Amino acid sequence: MNKTIKWEYSPAPESTDHIELKKQYNLFINGKFNAPKSGKYFKTINPSNEKTISSVAEADKTDVDKAVKSAKNAYEKIWSKMPAKERGKYIFRIARLLQERAREFSVIETMDGGKPIRESRDVDIPLASAHFFYHAGWADKLEYAFPGRQAKPIGVAGQIIPWNFPLLMAAWKLAPALATGNTVVLKPAETTPLTALKLAEIIQEADLPPGVINVVTGAGKTGQAIVNHPDVNKIAFTGSTEVGKYIMKAVAGSGKKYTLELGGKAANIIFEDAAIDQAVEGIINAIFFNQGHVCCAGSRLYIQEGVVDEVISKLRKRMETLIVGDPLDKNTDIGAINSKMQLQKIKSYVKMGTKEGGSIFQSSCSIPKKGFWHAPTIFTDVSQSNRIVQEEIFGPVLAIQTFRTVDEVMAKANNSPYGLSGGVWTEKGSKIFKVTQDIRAGVIWANTFNKFDPASPFGGYKESGVGSEGGIEGLSGYVNMV
Amino acid sequence: MSNRINIQKTYKLFIDGKFPRTESGRYIKWSDSKESAVVNICRGSRKDFRNAMVAARKASGSWACRTAYNRAQILYRIGEMLEGRRDQFMAELTLQGLSKKQAENEIDTSIDRLIYYAGWADKFQQVFSHVNPVSLPYFNFTVPEATGVVAAIAPDDTSLLGLVSVIAPVIAGGNSIVVLASESFPLCSITLAEVLHTSDVPEGIVNILTGYRSELIEHFSSHMDVNAIIYCGNDRNDRKLVETNAALNIKRVVQFPEQNWSKDQHQSPYHIMKCQETKTTWHPVGI
Amino acid sequence: MSTNIITPIDEVGAQERVSRLFSRSIKNESKVQALHLSLSMIDLTTLEGKDSQGKVKQLCYKASHLHDSFPRLPTVAAICIYPTMVSVAKKALGGTGINVASVATAFPSGMADLQAKLDEVKSVVEAGADEVDMVISRGKFLRGEYAYVSDEIAQVKEACGDAHLKVILETGELVTLDNVRLASDLAMDAGADFIKTSTGKVSPAATPPVVLTMLEAIRDYQLKTGKKIGMKPAGGIGTAKQAVQYLVMIKETLGEDWLSPDLFRFGASSLANDVLMQIVKQSTGHYQSKDYFSID
Repeated sequence: MNKTIKWEYSPAPESTDHIELKKQYNLFINGKFNAPKSGKYFKTINPSNEKTISSVAEADKTDVDKAVKSAKNAYEKIWSKMPAKERGKYIFRIARLLQERAREFSVIETMDGGKPIRESRDVDIPLASAHFFYHAGWADKLEYAFPGRQAKPIGVAGQIIPWNFPLLMAAWKLAPALATGNTVVLKPAETTPLTALKLAEIIQEADLPPGVINVVTGAGKTGQAIVNHPDVNKIAFTGSTEVGKYIMKAVAGSGKKYTLELGGKAANIIFEDAAIDQAVEGIINAIFFNQGHVCCAGSRLYIQEGVVDEVISKLRKRMETLIVGDPLDKNTDIGAINSKMQLQKIKSYVKMGTKEGGSIFQSSCSIPKKGFWHAPTIFTDVSQSNRIVQEEIFGPVLAIQTFRTVDEVMAKANNSPYGLSGGVWTEKGSKIFKVTQDIRAGVIWANTFNKFDPASPFGGYKESGVGSEGGIEGLSGYVNMV
Repeated sequence: MSNRINIQKTYKLFIDGKFPRTESGRYIKWSDSKESAVVNICRGSRKDFRNAMVAARKASGSWACRTAYNRAQILYRIGEMLEGRRDQFMAELTLQGLSKKQAENEIDTSIDRLIYYAGWADKFQQVFSHVNPVSLPYFNFTVPEATGVVAAIAPDDTSLLGLVSVIAPVIAGGNSIVVLASESFPLCSITLAEVLHTSDVPEGIVNILTGYRSELIEHFSSHMDVNAIIYCGNDRNDRKLVETNAALNIKRVVQFPEQNWSKDQHQSPYHIMKCQETKTTWHPVGI
Repeated sequence: MSTNIITPIDEVGAQERVSRLFSRSIKNESKVQALHLSLSMIDLTTLEGKDSQGKVKQLCYKASHLHDSFPRLPTVAAICIYPTMVSVAKKALGGTGINVASVATAFPSGMADLQAKLDEVKSVVEAGADEVDMVISRGKFLRGEYAYVSDEIAQVKEACGDAHLKVILETGELVTLDNVRLASDLAMDAGADFIKTSTGKVSPAATPPVVLTMLEAIRDYQLKTGKKIGMKPAGGIGTAKQAVQYLVMIKETLGEDWLSPDLFRFGASSLANDVLMQIVKQSTGHYQSKDYFSID
């Protein structure tokens, strides 16, 4: 009969026609876009082609001071005095407006950060909107969240967010802060500022009182100015453990509260009695979701001996079906690495892994010439002593080890200063409960990985952070209980 | 008066269920205000703290894994044992300057506090756990879990109640603890250790040191295996030091100002929650 | 039989994999190619008590003249009919290269004794069937009598002679994906050339997670034995969009070797026209009306 055919997917790029982007963005302070005092701007580029998308204001100490003052003023004069149910309605409004403009936000998120449109469209933007919607309803129900106590807002929250999920992280921070009655100075990451600035437009559109949310853009120095500002009452930070430690030291003795979502090196454990095909899919999701730029990525894989060959051969096959390329193409699975700096970091780890004796496998995908790219990569023949097993790479690089007994794998899984997340794959119910209990980490995915929901708290043990975001637990970081 | 010579108590440390002297061989002379009684209190060292930490780490896992009911009963048992030692605590508290009535009140409140937290040991998890309605076909639930090993600087202004108020919520929540007793009023601490020793508290779960705050606070807050640090007091420099050192390994920091610990408002399940982590588990729902 | 090791399947995970596969966006050239391929994989089916010789003849004509006003279209792969229609169809399809597939073994229930089933298989093969679509004994399977089910398939296979054997699992009655996987393994071990989801008489018929599970079983069987087993989802596939989605699933689960009527079929009665409408739309740019496409 017919001979076998070659069938490739034609390009299916998401259209960028409906996107409105300005050439230049100012700081969003007290309800208006203001030029930075220094007059300095920096470029934000598309990491998939290195083209400049827009330029963005660099906030210095004076600008941050203005933003904090406006937040303080809004807190004292408006936001803390407003009936909680009215406060909630503003947050609902933001959720709705974000839903309406979801496509525009998805495209900009993908252009600015390099993540595949499939993810920004199906994960980042809908979840961001869901976070606002979920938290909006809490505004006038806080007495049910803290039995026996009264929850009072803290005041001005300084929020510093990372580049891996720009809008989603903004939503994770803003929604609970607003619902609990705080006002905010938000700083998006310097490589991905655009969706936060577009969100500022939505905030204007939602008619939120001026100063309740302020968005200042800039790099580390801008963040430092927020952390050290005396009128900031709380710091919420998502990013590296290194910077988290810096923040803890900086606020020591100041009375400022803080919540920190930091690094991770999650163990993903595959037992012999797992549903192997779903587990392989879980491994893919765990490490290659968002190019591996995920603090809770399952970057340490542990496979029980009896299924090692099967899992690894299936994993390799599956990796070959991952489509690496134009982030705006609807079929792209792996987009661009967020920045040149990050790409260099990933590459140096891969080099190190090879040098330390690890066996490397990379999918044979073709990689675009311009922009920052890294092929999906797995290492076998590594041990707990390898640096690629111990340290967070924050890229599409997986370190695989094998194990024989439950005790052995639990010891290895917990042998890390981190404790953000973990994965367990087995069809045996009692084993799930035992293993999920014994993993020292804040989020455990059993027979799944990298699932998120506004109602589900997210936070780490040990050096992975302090406090939770999402769910009832996430509210407590933004209140004083009396 | 009989001619019999009294047997005087040697004040030692409590580490890993044993009563060692400080490895440093140092002591602090303590006397009551009238200088009618003089005792030698162990001046605990960095190494004593280290040994206590090893014991606390070793013990912590199995304590957290016990049933909540079992932990509750052991806390209750501590209360029972304390009740039985009333006279000894009375003598020590009055020697440390409390009136008889004040001493009685401190003992009563300490026992009641243990019973209070005994009752919470098998309930706080219920109150603070949640099933979360996620928008995906998953069963998703959140439970508090013990942080691990807690280092604590107990209140300085009470000998017994402050110590009990710090220890009880920590161990009710399944943690182990290394605690520095009051420097000014150290006598009750070792008697409390004797109570703990006879209350089925597993060895290593509670470790009590005596010594100088100024010397030990640095080590308590900087040790890399401490998961949470509790500081009781108002000293701004101490607080800053604790918070700064906590950054070394991202310890959870819990602070209590000087306060009248006998008030009911200073007992709370939220105190248990201060040394708890939040664990959320996802599992698919399907056939 | 050699297989009774359960390979567990997580339903939610399988569904998520399906959603991800089905979110592929197939446009332009790749879509046209997929539509043509889909047409060539169709087992044009009529399996009704009221089927007449006339209807079967008409269907056979349609099978080789899908839409004559549009050039260079492939033919379908086979027509699928009841045993009594085999000789009619064989005659009508002479020289077209289109296969005749007959259901057998007391289709759709399978409630007959083994000898009667074997006799039926032999008779359809003698009448000229190129392919035999048998049903497994679901009652026995659900009671755990796997050896019986396996043995029955093996005997039917023998009775088929040179005819290709498709084994219908009737997944709607097996309920769980664990069962689907087990039945797939068992059928392949017993000699199936194809495994097929459904009779079309039980709902649900071919659901995407079921098809995925069967494709994964086929992939694992090839890894184990080197043999390539074919796959036929049947029932409930009526649109071109679904067909293209399944092609994505095949490509990314089994690879391009299976993108051929030799190893993949759609059991469907109304799919062909929807695919045709899409092909014409891709070519003319206009959405089509059913009035312009012959029903059989």
